[in-house]
Amino acid sequence: MSLGPYTSFIVTSYVLVTAVVLTLIAWIAIDYRRQKQRLRELDASGIVRRSGRSATDIK
Amino acid sequence: MTLIDFANPTRFLTLTARILPWLAGLTAILLLIGLYQSAMAPDDYQQGATVKIMFIHVPNAWLSMFVWGVMSLAALGTLVWRHPLADVAAKAAAPIGACFTFLALVTGSLWGRPMWGTYWEWDARLTSVLILFLMYLGLIALWRAVEDPSRAARAAAVLTLVGAINLPIIKFSVDWWNTLHQPASVLRMGGPALDRAFLIPLLVMAMAFSLLFLTLHLAAMRNEILRRRVRSLQMMQASQRST
Repeated sequence: MSLGPYTSFIVTSYVLVTAVVLTLIAWIAIDYRRQKQRLRELDASGIVRRSGRSATDIK
Repeated sequence: MTLIDFANPTRFLTLTARILPWLAGLTAILLLIGLYQSAMAPDDYQQGATVKIMFIHVPNAWLSMFVWGVMSLAALGTLVWRHPLADVAAKAAAPIGACFTFLALVTGSLWGRPMWGTYWEWDARLTSVLILFLMYLGLIALWRAVEDPSRAARAAAVLTLVGAINLPIIKFSVDWWNTLHQPASVLRMGGPALDRAFLIPLLVMAMAFSLLFLTLHLAAMRNEILRRRVRSLQMMQASQRST
């Protein structure tokens, strides 16, 4: 597969899209872990939800 | 159980936990198929190999508008029905929409340099999409600036609905004004003007990116629900300490 004289433009486009999508996935995954960690800390401190369920119970 | 039952945040979390792994897997498979088809697509007689940029530029451009459309529906949910998940949906979608818009602008520029001889032109399509990107950033800033989520929700919902005026401007800018950007070649009266060799990879990539949005949006909504739960528990903790 030859991309001709515009290889740099095509490759840069695909690399950029890959980088941004992977960053977005990583950001969402890290945010999820951070929120779960905070809920675990609140649970450990004895705080329970109004429903009486544990803070970490997400169901 | 009806569909409306899933609009409950707790049920939404249960549903999301079940379907997210399947959605992520399906997205990955469709992306791989789309990337393979894009790589194997022939060169265009005018654009040469730069037509491959279209397979990522067009889905991102479509989604930049689609995501704002989703946020506009959510804004109605916030203002009319005051549904707790509506603002969560809008807030979670904004950074994803901003990323798609950014990618549409940059990949369009990278295609424009070899084809138009310039990275940027202040024509109606490019300028209206840039305005869309700035509106995404403005909304994200608004949600971050206002501490009370319910106050931020109403202000953001109004801004989102006002910003929705830009969507038809973007869509029809190539028809209303004399622009450097080419007119619609897929979603147009009379059917797509593209050859199947380009249309099929483009549609597969569009489906893959739409699924990617759905997956990321559900995951970001789950995070936002948990963030609000953390906030309310922290407030309960603070009030218990003060009494």
